[in-house]
Amino acid sequence: MAKRAALYLAKYDTPHGILHAAEQVKKAGYAKWDVHTPFPVHGMDDAMGLPDSRVGWIVFFSGLTGISGALLMMWWMNGVDYPLVVGGKPPSSLPSDVPIMFELMVLFSAFGALFGMLHLNKLPRHHHPIFETESFRTASDDKFFISIESEDPKFDLAETKAMLEGTHAASIELVEETLADEDEDEEAGEEHH
Amino acid sequence: MSSRNRPIKEIGEVYLTKEGMTFHEVSDTVCSVTEKKAPRNWWIAFFITSSFAALLFLAIGYVFWQGIGVWGNDSPSFWAWDITNFVWWIGIGHAGTLISAVLFIFRQKWRTGINRAAEAMTIFAVICALLFPAIHVGRVWFIYYMFPIPNQMAIWPNFKSPLIWDFFAVSTYFTVSLLFWYSGLIPDFALLRDRAMGMTGRVGKIRRLVYGSLALGWRGSHRHWQNYERMYLILAALATPLVLSVHSVVSMDFATSVIPGWHTTIFPPYFVAGAIFSGFAMVQTLMLITRAVYGMKSLITMRHLELMNKIMLLTGLLVGYAYAMEFFIAAYSGNEYERYDFLSRIMGPFWWAYVFMFGCNCIVPQVFWFKKLRTSVPVMLIASCLINIGMWFERFVIIVQSQNRDFLPSSWGYYRPTGVDVCVFLGTLGLFFTLFLLFIRWVPMIAIAEVKGVMPQADPHDEGEHSTEGSPGHEAAADAALAGGE
Repeated sequence: MAKRAALYLAKYDTPHGILHAAEQVKKAGYAKWDVHTPFPVHGMDDAMGLPDSRVGWIVFFSGLTGISGALLMMWWMNGVDYPLVVGGKPPSSLPSDVPIMFELMVLFSAFGALFGMLHLNKLPRHHHPIFETESFRTASDDKFFISIESEDPKFDLAETKAMLEGTHAASIELVEETLADEDEDEEAGEEHH
Repeated sequence: MSSRNRPIKEIGEVYLTKEGMTFHEVSDTVCSVTEKKAPRNWWIAFFITSSFAALLFLAIGYVFWQGIGVWGNDSPSFWAWDITNFVWWIGIGHAGTLISAVLFIFRQKWRTGINRAAEAMTIFAVICALLFPAIHVGRVWFIYYMFPIPNQMAIWPNFKSPLIWDFFAVSTYFTVSLLFWYSGLIPDFALLRDRAMGMTGRVGKIRRLVYGSLALGWRGSHRHWQNYERMYLILAALATPLVLSVHSVVSMDFATSVIPGWHTTIFPPYFVAGAIFSGFAMVQTLMLITRAVYGMKSLITMRHLELMNKIMLLTGLLVGYAYAMEFFIAAYSGNEYERYDFLSRIMGPFWWAYVFMFGCNCIVPQVFWFKKLRTSVPVMLIASCLINIGMWFERFVIIVQSQNRDFLPSSWGYYRPTGVDVCVFLGTLGLFFTLFLLFIRWVPMIAIAEVKGVMPQADPHDEGEHSTEGSPGHEAAADAALAGGE
């Protein structure tokens, strides 16, 4: 089976260590790199130079859909299709529509928030080369990692390693991805069943 | 610079986790519960609770077969235990949302120790609550009349009815609580998946498959954490007004009617305060048992318990104020039916229910004024159980008593429950605790990633050991607080 260098993985022991390492990687000008931590580290957005999250926009438009959809539904059902006069109020009456408009706004926004987050993060994802290495299993426990992908234009086996060494990493390893041809793909697929 | 996650010693704060605990110890303490065999007591408890859950399904089957005439509901009490139980359960659920959403927005870091279990409790309580309106409609196979979908009568739901608002509010509440709970679990499922990677045999394989699927391929990426944290903040900001709206809408089921004792404007805030009050009592009961059985005292400390007691004291006072205000308004309104109804609450045939309600909800929480009683586990266990009983009686008094003494003396009555009523109620308790036991068996009962995030060493600007050297007196205080839970 053919193998290919997928990414460099540098390990750090403390949040302090990874925050400063991230600043250095950003300064070195890499683009396809990431930080992996068991919990969000405070100040990492700035250290990595990330733009603001776009989840809010997705939620805004989901909420807008919910609130206007609710109004439209109630106006058409109780006001147009089968006018319903209850308590002497007009068939379509805005004040009594408010609770359901609010509830559906919240419902749609919540779906927008969770699925918007998953969409922006490209999750769920079945496999990622980073899982090839055993040491990465501690990334959800108590260790902190920086990964630099081989697809990055600045990626260079020697230079990138030297740069990561300069960030006081506890360990650095090259993670290789197994390139499977089509037959092997099918076998791998069967194994999962 | 000292850490923002270290307690301020000058005002007597103590650590949120046992001092000196490492990240790995947190992972181990919480995950090992799901990885080891269930303790014997778990099986005993599971046997008892699932028996009651089975009783629930038998009782519901009987109700479906015979119709709701087998309940004690009869003129003039068309709503009785069913709606009492519905309001009680939904109220219990509210504390979970309060802890996970409202305390998150207020940046109360101590919520991390209890929010996961409280959110689970919310979902299970709402499941129990939803059962009651569903079976109370009698012909449950027509329940889809409430959905805005075409039906054979070619008529749409009446959106001016608070009962339809309630349907939308409660189902939204359930869905949003589930999304909130699951999104919080994603990083912790990833931890369970990674721990299962080293496991051998079939157990390891199943765990990898199940937790791996649930973790959705989460790899702790900070680019992901950024969107994730924003999502969590937005969900919290949505759940906060939602939780207030749900019990307000529940109270409007009553407040928009003309029955004396129901037709009051104070109901929405009064119901919300009562919901939080009873919910915290239920969280406290569950936490006290769980931390003792599973050795979670290093993560659910006396500080958590004491803070919850303080919230119960506050909401208990709010509820007490509402009781007093109801009486004042009844007297001040000049409406003789309203006046009579409230006098009948304390002197009428249901006086004993009012005594339970007032004693448990207004007098019992007063013990939490005293630090010694507030930090005593037996005291808070008894108090939280009594508060739950008291809050059930509050709903019983409002619902049943008000209907039994309305405008026409000729239609007065005295409500008596039947054995089927009792079985359905006990059955929902069984279902609730069965679901909770399954939860603590298979799901991380404490939000691991969130607890790690509020530990002192999680702050990248923390100077570590040097700033931790507090006075010996402070450490002794922290130890004493921990030991107090033994």
